[in-house]
Amino acid sequence: MPSIDPTTRDLWQVIAATDEIAPGIVETTLLLDTPIALTRDNAGNPVVWRRTDEEQGDEVDAEAILDRLPATTGYGYIWTSLGNPPADLFPIPEYAEADRKNMSCGSIGIHVSAPRAVENFLDMGHFPYVHTDILGAEPHTEVKEYDVEVSEERDEVLATRCRFIQPRAAKSATTAMEVEYVYRVPHPFCSVLYKSCPEDESRRDVIAIFLQPMTEERCRAHLLQSMIDSTSTITDLRRFQQTIFGQDKPILENQYPKRLPLDPRSETPIRADKSAIAYRRWLSQKGITYGVIPMAS
Amino acid sequence: MTLSVSDPTWYPIASSEDLPFRHVYAGQLLGRELAVWRADDGNVNVWENRCLHRGVRLSIGINEGGELKCQYHGWRYANRSAGCTYIPAHPADAPARRIQNRTYPVREAYGLIWSAANDEQAFRPFPGAEGHDWFALRPMPVNAAPEDVLAALAGLAPDDQPADLLPGLAVRFGGTYYFVQPVDACRAVIRGLLAEPPAEPVATLRHYNETLTKLRDRLERAARKKPAPEPLQPAFDKVSADLATMPDIAIPKGNTITVVVKRKWTSADGVIGFELAARTGHLPTFQPGAHIDIHLPNGMTRQYSITNGPGELMSYIIGVKAESASKGGSKVLVETVREGDLLSISEPRNNFPLRRDATRTVLIAGGIGITPLLSMARFLDKSSLPYELHYFTRAGETVAFRADLEALHGKVTFHTGVPRDEIGATIASALGQWSMAQHVYVCGPGPMLETVRETAAAQGWPEEAIHFEYFKNDKVIDNSSAFDVELARSAMTLHVPSGKTIMEVMRDAGLTVPSSCEQGACGTCLTTVIEGDVDHQDVYLNNSEKASNRCMMTCVSRAKSARLVLDI
Ligand code: FES
Repeated sequence: MPSIDPTTRDLWQVIAATDEIAPGIVETTLLLDTPIALTRDNAGNPVVWRRTDEEQGDEVDAEAILDRLPATTGYGYIWTSLGNPPADLFPIPEYAEADRKNMSCGSIGIHVSAPRAVENFLDMGHFPYVHTDILGAEPHTEVKEYDVEVSEERDEVLATRCRFIQPRAAKSATTAMEVEYVYRVPHPFCSVLYKSCPEDESRRDVIAIFLQPMTEERCRAHLLQSMIDSTSTITDLRRFQQTIFGQDKPILENQYPKRLPLDPRSETPIRADKSAIAYRRWLSQKGITYGVIPMAS
Repeated sequence: MTLSVSDPTWYPIASSEDLPFRHVYAGQLLGRELAVWRADDGNVNVWENRCLHRGVRLSIGINEGGELKCQYHGWRYANRSAGCTYIPAHPADAPARRIQNRTYPVREAYGLIWSAANDEQAFRPFPGAEGHDWFALRPMPVNAAPEDVLAALAGLAPDDQPADLLPGLAVRFGGTYYFVQPVDACRAVIRGLLAEPPAEPVATLRHYNETLTKLRDRLERAARKKPAPEPLQPAFDKVSADLATMPDIAIPKGNTITVVVKRKWTSADGVIGFELAARTGHLPTFQPGAHIDIHLPNGMTRQYSITNGPGELMSYIIGVKAESASKGGSKVLVETVREGDLLSISEPRNNFPLRRDATRTVLIAGGIGITPLLSMARFLDKSSLPYELHYFTRAGETVAFRADLEALHGKVTFHTGVPRDEIGATIASALGQWSMAQHVYVCGPGPMLETVRETAAAQGWPEEAIHFEYFKNDKVIDNSSAFDVELARSAMTLHVPSGKTIMEVMRDAGLTVPSSCEQGACGTCLTTVIEGDVDHQDVYLNNSEKASNRCMMTCVSRAKSARLVLDI
C-alpha cells in the first residue's frame, strides 16, 4: 500500500454528496487506498469510519460506531480525514449568498490521479478541442496572458485575468462571449472557478471541483455549482456540467503517466500552462507525494 | 533469457494491414506504448505514445496525413521527425522551440511493421526472408511470458520437421514463421508469416487461428499457475532543460546543416527550383511559411521559403528567381550551383506563422512570393481547412510550381498579366469584407504588399489579420541614441555614439563580427542579451522574441537603457 504523505493525511477529503447519504444506511467508498464506510446519524450529522465488514446498504445504528474518523459537511458534501484536519474547510463565501442556486452535480469516477484532474480543470487551452462549441471553439484557440500567484497568506494558487471566448459559457448563455475566469486552488485536490455570469454582470457564477483521491491513480470528481440563474432548472444545470465532465473523462484517462509528474522536465509547458506550473510547484513545496510523481531529489 | 527494456532487437509490432488510411494504431513493445501511423506519403511512424505537452496518448490523436494532431490541445507533430509544428494556444509564435516527440526506428517489410527499443542495431531481414511473397496471419495476443510463448510455438512443429529457432524470438518450420512480439514481461503477441499466400486465404487464416487459440489458452492457464514476472518499467525521457523552463521564447540557434542539391530545374521562366536533401535521413521540422538561410559559395547568405507540405522532410524545395539585376545572391545559386553540390543551410525559421484555426484564409502571392504561400496552402489543404490562393504574375512571366498548385483542392486563382491599375480592384474583391477569424497572408513585391495592406485595412481587416513577411528591412533605422555596451565574454565596455551601429563600434574595437545583410533582415548577427532594454529595429525577430528582450541583432538594434550587456 502506498504511503500517504502527512500533508495529504491531514487534509479534509471529500467523500460523498450529503443528500445522497441516508441516515442509518451504510455507504462505502475508498479514500487514499483506505476502505471507509459512512452514514448519517439521526441529527443528520455525518459518521465516518474505517470499513470493517459492513456492506453497502447495511443498516447501522450510528450511535454504535465508536471508532470514528473526523467528519464535517460543507458545500453540500461530506468530508473526512485520515489524520488531524484543520478546524475549517477552505472558504467559498459565495456559497452562503441567499439568492444562489447551490447544487451538487454528481460524482464521477475517473481513472487518473486527483492532481491530474485538478490540472485539467485549470486548463483553458483544451476548451476548443475537448469542449468544442460549448466552452470553446476554433478559431478561438489562443490563451491570452493571465496572472498567476501563490498567495502565501491564504495558501492557495490564484489565477486571475483569465479570458476565453466561449460559444456557450453557461446554461443560460445564448451567444458566444468572452468570459473572464478566476481560478483558485485552495486545497491540493480541489479547485474553485469564478466566471462572469451571463445574467448579472456584476456577479460571478461559481463552479468547484472536489476530488476524492481513491488511489494514486483513481479519483472521484464531485462537482458543485453555485449559480445565479433564474431560468434553468437544477436538472438542466446539472446535465450541463455533467456533459462537460463526460468530455474530459476519456482524455484524462488517456493521460500518461496517470500520476502527475512534478519534475518540470517531464512534460513541455507553454505560457498557457502558467497556472499548472504554479500548481505543480505548490504541490511540491507542500510535500505532497500522493497521486504525483515527486521530483527526484 | 530475461527481457530488457533496452533490448535492441527488431521485433514486429503490427501488420501492415493494421495501418489503414488516416488511422493511428496503438502498438506495444517491451513495456512501452507506441503510436504507430502511416502518413499519406507511405512513411510509417513509430512514436512514444504520449504527447509531450500533457502526456495524452497519441493513439487517440488524429492522423491528418502529414501531421498527427493531439486531441487535448491540438498540438501537431510532423510525419518523420515528430517535431511539433503548431501550438494553438499561442498561434502567433508557435512553436517557439524545437519540441520533438520520442521516435523509434521503423521498417515495413514482409507484411509486418518492425521496430526496436533503440537504434543500436540495423534492421536485418530474418534468415530466408528474401524471395517470398509473404502472407501475414492474424496476430494472437497471449498473456504469458514471451519466452514461454516461443517455446510453445516451437512445440507446434511436427515430429518429422523440427523447429528452427531464429534470432529475435522467432521460430520456423516448413513454410511457417512465427515471431513473438514481447509486449511486456508477461505479455506477448504471436505474429505469423506464411512464405506464400495460401490458395484459400480465409480457410487458412481460420485454421491457424484455431491452432493459435488453443495454444494461447494452454499458455495462459500455465501462466496463471506461476508467479507473474515483474512488468518492465521503461523510463520516460526527460525533456531538455530549455523546453522545461518556460522562456517567452528561446533564442534561435545558429546551427547549420549540410544538404545536397538533389535536383535543379526550371519551374517557370526565370524561376529555378532547387530540391535540397539531407545527406542521411530527414531534415528538421518546419512550419508553413518558414524559410532557410542558404550560405552561398561566395560567402553571402540569402533566405528562401520552403514550399513543402506537412511532414515532407526528405528534402526542402525552394524557388529562386533568376533576376538579371540580382547582386550576386540568387545569381550564384542559379548560375553556378549544380545538382550534386553541397550547400550549407540554417535550420528552418519562421517569421511568418500561419494560424490553423481561421474560418477563412486568403493567400495572396506575387511572382516568386508564391513560395511560402504554396507551403501554407499545402498545410491547409491537408487539414481540409478553407482557404483561397490568389497568385499574381506579370504578363510574360510564367507561373511557377503550377502543377503543385493545380494538385491542391482549395480555391487557387491565377491572375496573369493584370494591368497595374486593375490589381487593386482584383485584390479588393479577392479579400472581400473582413469578418471575424479571417486572415490574409501576402508575399510579393513591396508595392503589392502595400496594396494588400491598404485595401485590407480599408475593407475592415484589422492589423492582426494581415500577415506579411519582409526579406528586406525597409524601415528607417533610428540611430540617434547613444549608450554603452558591455561585452560580457570579451570583458570590454564600449560606447556606442549616435550615428554608429553596435556592430561598427565592435569592429572598430578589433572584434570580428559575422554579418550578412547588415539591415536586420538575415539573422546572421543574432546575439544574446544578458541585461538591458533593447530597441529592436530589425525585421528578423518576431514580436515575442523581441518582447523577450533576450536577443537582438547588432547591426541595427540599439538600447533604450543606458547600458546593454551582451553575450559576446
Ligand atoms: S496534451 Fe497534447 S496538446 Fe496538450
